[in-house]
Amino acid sequence: MALNKTYFLRHLQVLFSTLGQLVRMPAASLMMAAVIGVALALPTGLYVLLDQMQRLSTPWQSAVQISLFLTDEASQPGRYRQVLKEVEAFEEVDHVELITPEQAFDEFRELSGFGAALDALNDNPLPAVIVVQPVEAITETESAERLQKRLQAVNGVEIAQLDLAWMKRVYALLELGQRGVMVLAVLFGLAVFLIVGNTIRLAIQNRRQEIEVMKLVGATDAFIRRPFLYSGFWYGVFGAVFAWFLVNFAMLAIAQPIQRFAVLYDSQFTIQMIGFSATLGLLFFAIALGLTGSMLALRRHLREIEPS
Amino acid sequence: MIHLDSISKRYQNGHEALAGVSLSISAGEMVFLTGRSGAGKSTMLKIMSAIELVSSGQIVVNGRNITRIHRRDIPFFRRDVGVIFQDHRLLYDRTVFDNVALPLVIAGLGHQEIGRRVRAALDKVALLKKEKRYPIELSGGEQQRVGIARAVVNRPELLLADEPTGNLDPGLSAEIMNLFRQFNQVGVTVMIASHDIDLINRMGQRMLTLSDGRLIDDRVSGLGIRSGLK
Repeated sequence: MALNKTYFLRHLQVLFSTLGQLVRMPAASLMMAAVIGVALALPTGLYVLLDQMQRLSTPWQSAVQISLFLTDEASQPGRYRQVLKEVEAFEEVDHVELITPEQAFDEFRELSGFGAALDALNDNPLPAVIVVQPVEAITETESAERLQKRLQAVNGVEIAQLDLAWMKRVYALLELGQRGVMVLAVLFGLAVFLIVGNTIRLAIQNRRQEIEVMKLVGATDAFIRRPFLYSGFWYGVFGAVFAWFLVNFAMLAIAQPIQRFAVLYDSQFTIQMIGFSATLGLLFFAIALGLTGSMLALRRHLREIEPS
Repeated sequence: MIHLDSISKRYQNGHEALAGVSLSISAGEMVFLTGRSGAGKSTMLKIMSAIELVSSGQIVVNGRNITRIHRRDIPFFRRDVGVIFQDHRLLYDRTVFDNVALPLVIAGLGHQEIGRRVRAALDKVALLKKEKRYPIELSGGEQQRVGIARAVVNRPELLLADEPTGNLDPGLSAEIMNLFRQFNQVGVTVMIASHDIDLINRMGQRMLTLSDGRLIDDRVSGLGIRSGLK
């Protein structure tokens, strides 16, 4: 029990004495934290962005919509009601929403920025649109496409557009993004691993004499390894903190443009800071890299140093 | 305390530093190891402190057979043997106190015990007042005494010294030798490699002479009487 306590205390002591050593060379330590931080920031930032986008797009998943653009003729006031009735009669249709040419015109003027140009037009060139929301059973591409074809055949419908393809593309892109983040995380993780390993290797070589003397007076490998391992640990911690701030600053910087962009797509999307679990994940990942990086360097280089 | 049974040490380049040396040193002895440069004095001490392993033969030091000692066991073996080097091997970025404390910190002693033992060791070598100084601020003789304090702080039963007076003037050398004699008088076995024959003769202790890796003489110094080879 007493031994365990001393052992624990000694570890704690080494943990803080290595921290002290790093603090005593602030320039070198900051540089190291910055290098690791930048390497970690890129995959972390992308991960956080993708994660937020994915959470946003989850409710879209079952949302298959078919937009019916009516012919000019059918877009005349009074005429489109008939088309509406006919479409509503379909069994597969859950509900419909009508966008009159006037509504479409107003919305377009408001959001597109072509307000002045549109005002110059004598009459409204936009057709009426019926947005069809199929029943929930219609989620698969095939059944949706069959419905689309039948709606296309309705008199007065110019184009029936299935929005599924667009969704598919979004999902494909998100998946691509996820893979990309994974690849980046592996690559940059490897970079951090090598950076820490190399730094520890240099530290070992710088302290060659000290290590020799310690071995001469009976130090075990574990004893000699300890401060280097804790340095690796601290590099990870500092790098993670640096990356955390970098990513949050980046998020702040892009928050406004993203929000403006989102409004154009009628979305409530707002950029958020790194969440708690992502912060923990980042810290854990960084510490693991720092520790394994130094472990590898120690394994390779500590044995080479023997007193002579 | 030390038993060598026809040990040989051949380096990878083919050089044979020790060839069939057998000797026995009892607990409480003070022994000098002499011979010309390259005769094998340093190799002998390196073998006794497990810095080098023997090529053949058997070696027992401090009750432990270190002929084929495992890497893992070397640190624990070294904790019971105090070693002193000609170049001191001090850590120059640490205070005298921290240098002497190193073996105790490594052995995992408590804070208070370390303080007590380090001051006792520094007191023995008359450097108590300089515990907060850095080695570089000390003279060569003082640095060597720090090295000695570090070697004895663990209270080893065996002290090995490789040319401990090599860089010192005769007055300082005599001072260092007296220190070793004091440790020997309280029961510590001491083995000192030195080529300073005059000094060894004045000490009047057992003297082993090496030549080309062979033990050629074993007698009490200053008397000219062979005590016979073992």
